[in-house]
Amino acid sequence: MSTDQPVVTPTEPDESTQRSDRRAWKDSPTSGGYLGVSVAHHDFVDKARGTLPYADDWAMPGMLHGQVVRSFQPAGRIRGIDVEAARGVPGVVAVLTAADVPNNQLATEASGLGLSVIETPILADGVVRHVGEAVAIVAAETSEAAEEAAELVMVDLDATDPVLTIDRALEDGAPTLHPADGVVGSDASNVLVDWRFARGDVDDAMAGADVVVERTYQTQRVDHAYLEPEAGVGWIDANGVLVLRVSTQVIEHARHIARILDRPQNRVRVIGTYMGGGFGGKEDMTVEPYLALLVDRTRRPVKMVWSRQESLQARAKRHPITMHYRTGATNDGRIVAVDLDVVGDAGAYPSLSPRVLFAAGVVGAGPYRTDHVRVRSRAVMTNTVPCSAFRGFGAMQMTLGYEGQMDALAHELGLSPDEVRRRNFVDKGDLLATGEDLHTAVALPELLDQARARLGAPAEPTGPTRLVGQGLACNIQPYGRAVYFADQASCWMSFEPDGSLVVRAGVPDLGGGQAASLAQIAAEVLGVDIDRVAVHISDTALTPLTGGTFATRQLYMSGNAAQKTALELRARMAPVAADLLATTIDDLSFTAEQVVGPGGVALGLAELVEECERRHVSVSHLGVFDAEGGDFDPATGRGRTYPDFTYGVHACEVEVDTITGRVHLTKYVAGHDVGTALNPMRIEGQIEGGAVQGIGYALAEDCDLADGAPRSMLFADYLVPVANELPDLDAFFLESGEGKGPFGARGIGEPPIGPAAPALASAIEDAIGVRMDRLPFTPWRVLDALAAASRATA
Amino acid sequence: MNPSPIHVEMTVNDRPVAAWMPAHTTLLTALREHFSATDVKYGCGEGVCGTCTVLVDDEPVNACLVFAVQVAARDVRTMAGLSSGDDLHPLQRCFLAHGGAQCGFCTPGMMVTALAHAESGGGSGRDEIREALSGNICRCTGYVKIVDAVEDWMTMSDDVGGAA
Repeated sequence: MSTDQPVVTPTEPDESTQRSDRRAWKDSPTSGGYLGVSVAHHDFVDKARGTLPYADDWAMPGMLHGQVVRSFQPAGRIRGIDVEAARGVPGVVAVLTAADVPNNQLATEASGLGLSVIETPILADGVVRHVGEAVAIVAAETSEAAEEAAELVMVDLDATDPVLTIDRALEDGAPTLHPADGVVGSDASNVLVDWRFARGDVDDAMAGADVVVERTYQTQRVDHAYLEPEAGVGWIDANGVLVLRVSTQVIEHARHIARILDRPQNRVRVIGTYMGGGFGGKEDMTVEPYLALLVDRTRRPVKMVWSRQESLQARAKRHPITMHYRTGATNDGRIVAVDLDVVGDAGAYPSLSPRVLFAAGVVGAGPYRTDHVRVRSRAVMTNTVPCSAFRGFGAMQMTLGYEGQMDALAHELGLSPDEVRRRNFVDKGDLLATGEDLHTAVALPELLDQARARLGAPAEPTGPTRLVGQGLACNIQPYGRAVYFADQASCWMSFEPDGSLVVRAGVPDLGGGQAASLAQIAAEVLGVDIDRVAVHISDTALTPLTGGTFATRQLYMSGNAAQKTALELRARMAPVAADLLATTIDDLSFTAEQVVGPGGVALGLAELVEECERRHVSVSHLGVFDAEGGDFDPATGRGRTYPDFTYGVHACEVEVDTITGRVHLTKYVAGHDVGTALNPMRIEGQIEGGAVQGIGYALAEDCDLADGAPRSMLFADYLVPVANELPDLDAFFLESGEGKGPFGARGIGEPPIGPAAPALASAIEDAIGVRMDRLPFTPWRVLDALAAASRATA
Repeated sequence: MNPSPIHVEMTVNDRPVAAWMPAHTTLLTALREHFSATDVKYGCGEGVCGTCTVLVDDEPVNACLVFAVQVAARDVRTMAGLSSGDDLHPLQRCFLAHGGAQCGFCTPGMMVTALAHAESGGGSGRDEIREALSGNICRCTGYVKIVDAVEDWMTMSDDVGGAA
């Protein structure tokens, strides 16, 4: 894959949002030679060799096997649970139900602003709220015995009227999933959170618009479908600490687990393994509480691995979102007002829904300037599998709507889709619906030009029953946690006497090269050979905490923490080097395992370490990075939301088979501004992989439910894109030099999944003349659209 | 429910192995739990994702879909058998050089499928490689860099007169 020559411009931090100490280290020169280099790291070597021990590749002597017993009903009252038969299965050591959980209510308040406190049980207590909900857990000597016992746990359930759709959930008199008074069926609301953002006078502006386009768009429930199912092993160590070695994006769940077990928080340790994919699906706890309970009860090591089918049935999904847009514009294509109503299906428990619908609302108007905007964004509870984090986190669903509106405006006004976008792109300093300004560069015009040029002219159809079309879409995706969480990450670095470096940081690595990035940043700043950097990650007992790997926050958070730690360590050691080399610290550079002074005089890193130790200058350092703070007022819907955003433009070409309805993707171009490219190969990998996840979501993936249960629990029916269905993606990136990560980098984990669905909708419309507003664009729906179009013209 | 275990012998990466196991033990479980071949991964148990692919007498097989007894006395190869000591196989080096692995969980199945494709005389064209790998799901890479890696390796192999 080719990439463009970097267009690097110097970072000019906005004074109002940068703390002074941050400027001081951010502007420091670095000279390690590792910036912009596609380095591989030891974990990738181990992956290529097959020696990396994932969660399920671990075993402990005398280990039991755990199994979850799950509900087959979407709603009901539990009259009783008979575990006698299960306990009688040879080899069964424990069968636990809600009564066995020391603290069975996990208070989840995901909004961060005190808006939605609902307790989530670890094991269903009296009430079942979705198919797949955990009702009991079993530990046995073998996995076969555990499975057999799980099937013999008899749940006496009094089925109740399930709330299966958003429409039903919002009806007067609908049963309430989580009534404040504990009475299911009371008049309380199923609305979990109701965000509102507004600026200007939408009604007045809309009334004065030359054109108004109004449409409703709908997205579907999808699964992360990472290749590694949820897994872990737990045990109690020699210090009496309960240890879980699990595939997780968030080791800090150790604190929740301690609360569930009623243990001191320093008596639970979580070791995160290198994950076989995460994408947000391992951001909430998966096997952890069940493993912890079984270990705590049996005092023996326990392994739990979810089957693929169990994962498809029970683990949290991406929110299906319905969005209703009214967009007003002038005759020359300038947007004057956006009125937007967003409703997401949260499923039966809150999980991270309040935050997901927050993100959806914040960027709901897209990367387009408008002075009058009103957004309402609700999460509604239903008796379905919970929805939570998934790459793109609410913001990605909105692309279908805001890009659909841009194409509709173009159509209405007779302008090209590119031109309508160009006339409305936000720029640095423009305001979002929340009233906050964008404070880094927006390279959308350049990205659009490149994407269009790379796509080129459309090909001729390959047959008489085939239609060719091209489409393009843009996106805006936050990176970093919402600012009011006051995010923080720590990192520890220490030189060994031989000049090699140890890095410790609590970062979970889900395959995006999170550990490798830390090594690269440390090597760049300290001049250590990257092969002489050992990185230890993801362990609550041994690595300083960084927060989880989610929200495209690790390069921003742990990357900045690593850069800051390295610079502070260097600053402490530099005077010793300056003294030995008889120069000043300003004239030193750390490069190629040496500290080099004027005229090429040099000192080996090992010698410097030795001299520092002799002088009692510590060669170990804990650095702490604090994210930019800010306040958001939910009452007014105004304030600061995210540290920054990443922008992208994707373009594609399709050939639609009018006989089968199948959409053949023939060309795909994906570009993003990454601020500064630290590791080009990894960036391309994120863009290509994200785009393909977006393509699967657009064309086929669907966790379709019938009566609250999956229509299929087979992986064979969950249609993830495979190699021969895809063209060679053309991934590219620009470097504006403006980002909030180390060296001016922007986050790139989530952004590339966003534009695929609207780009495909646009291309299909270009081919068949019908806009599809409901995902996924399956052959059946395409045929329906073609039939509707032919009826309309008949 | 617990029939007598049976004795299964086979060769895994040129290493003779044997163990007693229940007759219904899949090749995947036998490899992972009895023969220490944890480089072979469980992804779906349905023969859909391809990550458990191994070569049985040079034929790619979904290890989750066959019983261990069905491959008794046969020759099983897994990704870990490609490298010897610290020396990586050229295909492994190409995966590294091109970023063909992100999370790495599909990599074992991808590599042995690519190996079987080349050894059975498959072509090094990108479409041919895509077709050959279409039974192996990757959720991270979008496949481009995997195809790059296999293409590079196969072209390199062609240059020296035949694959691997």
